[in-house]
Amino acid sequence: MSNLVILQKIQRISGAWHGLFRTVQRVAHEPLGALGLFLVVFVLISAIGADWWSTHEPNQINVRAAFASPSLEHFLGTDQLGRDIFSRVLVGGQIALKVSLISIGVALLIGLTLGLIAGFGPRWVDNILMLLFDSVRSFPTVMFALAVVTLFGPSLTTIMIIVIVTQIPIYGRMVRSQTLALKNSEFILTERAIGAGFFRIIFVHMLPNVIGPLLILASMDIPFVITIEAGLSFLGMGVRPPTPSWGTILNDGYSYIYNSPWPVIAGGIPVILTTLGFTFLGESLRDVFDPKLRKDA
Amino acid sequence: MASANILEITNLNVGFVTERGTLKALRDVDLTIPNGAIVGVVGESGCGKSTLINSIIGLLANNAQVTSGAMIFEGSDLLSKSEQELRAIRGQRISMVSQDPMTALNPILSIGTQMIDIQYRNASSRDEKRARSINMLSRVGIPDPETRFNDYPHQFSGGMRQRIAIAMALQVEPTLLIADEPTTALDATLEVQIIRRLNDLQQNMGCSILFVSHHLGVIAELCDYVVVMYGGEVVEQGSVRDIFHRASHPYTQKLLECDPASIAQATHSLPTIPGEVPNLDELPSGCIFFDRCDHSYDSCQRSHPRIEQIEAGHWIRCPVLAQQQTS
Amino acid sequence: MLFYFIKRVCLGILTITVAVSVLYTMIHLVPGDPVKTILGPRASPEIQAQIREKMGLNDPLPVQIVRFLGNVAQGDLGQDVFKRKSVNTIVFEQLPHTIYLVLSGIGWAILIGIPLGCFAAVFQNSLIDRIVGILSVSCIAIPTFLVAIYSVLLFAVTLKWLPAIGAGDGSLLSYIRHLVLPAFAVGLGWVGYLARLVRASMLEVMGEAHVRTARAFGLKEQTVVFKYILRLAILPTITLIGMGIGILLSSAVFTEIVFARPGIGRLIYEAVTSRNYPVVMGSVLVTTVLFVVSTTFADLINAIVDPRLRTKD
Repeated sequence: MSNLVILQKIQRISGAWHGLFRTVQRVAHEPLGALGLFLVVFVLISAIGADWWSTHEPNQINVRAAFASPSLEHFLGTDQLGRDIFSRVLVGGQIALKVSLISIGVALLIGLTLGLIAGFGPRWVDNILMLLFDSVRSFPTVMFALAVVTLFGPSLTTIMIIVIVTQIPIYGRMVRSQTLALKNSEFILTERAIGAGFFRIIFVHMLPNVIGPLLILASMDIPFVITIEAGLSFLGMGVRPPTPSWGTILNDGYSYIYNSPWPVIAGGIPVILTTLGFTFLGESLRDVFDPKLRKDA
Repeated sequence: MASANILEITNLNVGFVTERGTLKALRDVDLTIPNGAIVGVVGESGCGKSTLINSIIGLLANNAQVTSGAMIFEGSDLLSKSEQELRAIRGQRISMVSQDPMTALNPILSIGTQMIDIQYRNASSRDEKRARSINMLSRVGIPDPETRFNDYPHQFSGGMRQRIAIAMALQVEPTLLIADEPTTALDATLEVQIIRRLNDLQQNMGCSILFVSHHLGVIAELCDYVVVMYGGEVVEQGSVRDIFHRASHPYTQKLLECDPASIAQATHSLPTIPGEVPNLDELPSGCIFFDRCDHSYDSCQRSHPRIEQIEAGHWIRCPVLAQQQTS
Repeated sequence: MLFYFIKRVCLGILTITVAVSVLYTMIHLVPGDPVKTILGPRASPEIQAQIREKMGLNDPLPVQIVRFLGNVAQGDLGQDVFKRKSVNTIVFEQLPHTIYLVLSGIGWAILIGIPLGCFAAVFQNSLIDRIVGILSVSCIAIPTFLVAIYSVLLFAVTLKWLPAIGAGDGSLLSYIRHLVLPAFAVGLGWVGYLARLVRASMLEVMGEAHVRTARAFGLKEQTVVFKYILRLAILPTITLIGMGIGILLSSAVFTEIVFARPGIGRLIYEAVTSRNYPVVMGSVLVTTVLFVVSTTFADLINAIVDPRLRTKD
C-alpha cells in the first residue's frame, strides 16, 4: 500500500469520525435532542457498568428487609423477597439492552437481505414478500408472541425470536423501497450500462444511502423492542425468575402493589426513561438528517 | 380620471424578510386598471407577478413587508384594510382564477358545494344560489350542468376544471377578475377556447381583468393594456399596440424577439436573452437589466432609472432608449 | 361502489382462511405428537387414540384444515378441552368486554387527539405546537401496560378514586366506573399517534393550492380550516385506526390482565398458558375476523368520505 493510499484511508476514517462528531453536535443543539442524548448515555452507562454500579447481589434474598422504602442502603427500596431493587433494575437494563441490540441487529440484517431480494428480484417474489411483511406487521404482536411462547416455552431466546420476526418487515420494507428507487434511477442505469457488477452497485452505491435511514429506524425501534421485552416478561413469557428483567420486576411489584409502591415505580421508571430517551434522540436524528421533516422548514 | 380606474396601484414596495436579508420582491410598482379593461402583466418567473397578485388580494406570506405604496380599489386603499374587510372583498368584488386547474379545487367536496359556499355572503336562498351557479356553469360551456353540479373535481378534465374555476370566479359578478396564468397548464387548443370564452364573458359582464401570463400571443389577443415586469420592477407599460408594435424597453424588445411565434425563418438555434434574472436580495445599484442589455452605458450602472413617459400612456424605465424615442 | 364492497369482503374471507390454515399448520408442526400437545401429558394412551380418531387427526393435514374451516363456516369452533363448553359460547361471552374497552379507548383518543393535532397545525411553531409535539411523542413512547399499572397505582391504590380490578357488579354505572382507567390506558398512546398524524396531515393539506383558492374567495377562516382542510386531513387517520386494530388488541391483552378485566385478551392469555388449544384457535380466529372486519370497515369509510376512491377500481 502506497503512502498516498494510507493517507486517503486515514482521511476517510477521520472524515467519518468528524461527521459523527458534527452530527452529535447538531443533535445536542436541540433541547429535545440534548435530553435524548443525555438519557441514552445515562442508560447505556448504567447498563454496561451494571456490575460496577450495583450495591447488592441482585438475587440475594433477605425476607426481613422486604418492602423497604428507598434508603441509603437500598437506593430504590426492596421487593417482596427483600432483594435490592436498584441492583435488579441495573441488571434488567443490561438484559433489555442486550435483547434489543441483538434482536434489532439480526432483524436488520435479515430485513436488509430480504429487502434487497424483494427489490432486485422478480415481481412475484416481491409480491409474496410484501404480503408476508404486511401480514406480520398488522397481526397483533401479543397474539403472535403468545403463540410462539406456547410452542417454544418462555425464555429470553423466545423473546428475541419474537422480536426479530416482528421487526424484520420494518427494515425489509425500507430497504426494498430504497432498492426500487435506486434500481430505476438514472445513475444506476448508467452504471449498469458500463458493466458495473451487482455487488458493486449494492456496496458502493446503495448501502451508503441506506445506512443512515436504517440507523435512524433502528434507534426509533429500540424503545419499541424494549417495550415488547418488558411487556412479555411482565406476562411471564420472557426471562424466568429470578432473573431480573424490568418486566419481571414490574410483575412482582404489581402483585404486591398494595404492600409497597416502590418496586412498581422503580421497575417502570427505567423503561420510561429509556424509551423516551431513545425516542427523543431518534426524532432529533431524523430532524438533523432530513430537513424536509423539520418543523420550521 | 380617478373614478374611471377601478384599481390604482402607486409606488408599491414589497419585501420578504428572510435569514439572508430582505428580498425586495416589488419595487416602485405603479399599475392602473381602467374600468372594463383587460390589463396584461408579462414577465418571466421571479419577476414579481405572484407577489403582485398576493398583494392585491391580501394573501401575502407572514414574512412579507409592504414598505410603501397604495392600492386604491373602489375608492379605498386595500393596504389599509383589516383582514375582515379584505375577506368581504375577496370572492365578491375581486375574484381570482389560479394557474393549475388540477389542484385548485378541493378534491372531496363537490363543485356545487364549493360554488355555493363562495356565495355565503349573499342573502339569497340556497336554491337561488344553486340556480345562479348552474347558470354560470352553462355560460362557461360545461355540458349538462344540472347533473354535473354534484360531481367532484376529479371527474372533470383539466380544461373543464379551469372553466369551472372561471365560473366560480365570475358567478358573483366581481368588479375585478385576477387571472393568474390561467392557461399555462392547458394545451394550445384548450387555451384558445378558454381565452375566447373569457373574452365573451368579460364583454358581457363588463368587469375588468388583470391577466397575468408569460404567453405573449394570448396577451396580444386578449388585453387592452400591457405591463411588462422584470426582477420586481415595471419596466414598460402601455396599450397593447404600444407594446407589441413599438416596444421600447430593451427587455420587452428581447422578449418579443425570443417569442417563437415571431420567428419568421426556420432555424436551429432559438434566440435567448443571455444572463440570468438577478438575485432579489443582492440588487444592483443601477438598472436591473444592465448585465443583459445591449444598449447599456456606464451611467446605467450608476443610477437607478426612473420610469418615464415616451408617448401618451406609454412608459418605459430606460433613460437611454427613452431619450432616443423622444428626440 | 357495491362491487368494491364485495371485493373487499371476499379478500377478507381469503385472509381469514389463510390465517387459520397457517395457525393450524403451526400447531401441527410442533415436534412431537399433536394429540399429546393438545391434551397435555397427562392423558392416557387409550384416550389419546380415541381423541385422535375422534378429532380426525389421522387424516392428512389439508383435509383437517378444510374440515375445521367447514366447521367454522357453520359456526362450530370446537369444544373447550377442560370445561367441555363450546368454544363459541366462551369466546362470545368475553368478546363484548374487549370491544367496549377498545371502542372507549379509541373513542376518547379521537376526541382529544384530533383537536390537539388540529391546533398544533393551525398554530404551527407556537408554544402549543411544541408542547403537543413533546406530549405526543411521550404518549407514544410509554408502553400501555405501564400506563395501566401507574394509573392503578395513582388512582386506585393511592387516591382510591377508581376501582382497580374487574368489570363491576353488573350495573351500568359500575361497569362504566370500572372502564375508566382501562380505557385511559388503551387510549393514551393513540392520543399521541392521532395528534401527530393529524398535525402532519393538516400541514400537508394547508400547503396545497386549493386551500389558497378557498382563502382567495374570502371564505371564513373557520370554514376553511374545518370544512376544507380538516375534512381532507382526517382521511389518513381512518386508515390508521383501521390498521391499528392489531395494536389495540395487544394493548387490550395487557390492560385486561393488569385490571383483571374479562375479555378476549385475557381469555387468550389464559388459554395459551393452560394449553387450551381449541379456545386458542377459536379466539385467534375471532380476532382475525375482527381484524379483517376493521380494516374493511376503514376502507369502506374511506371510500365514502373520499370520492376519489370510489371510481378508482
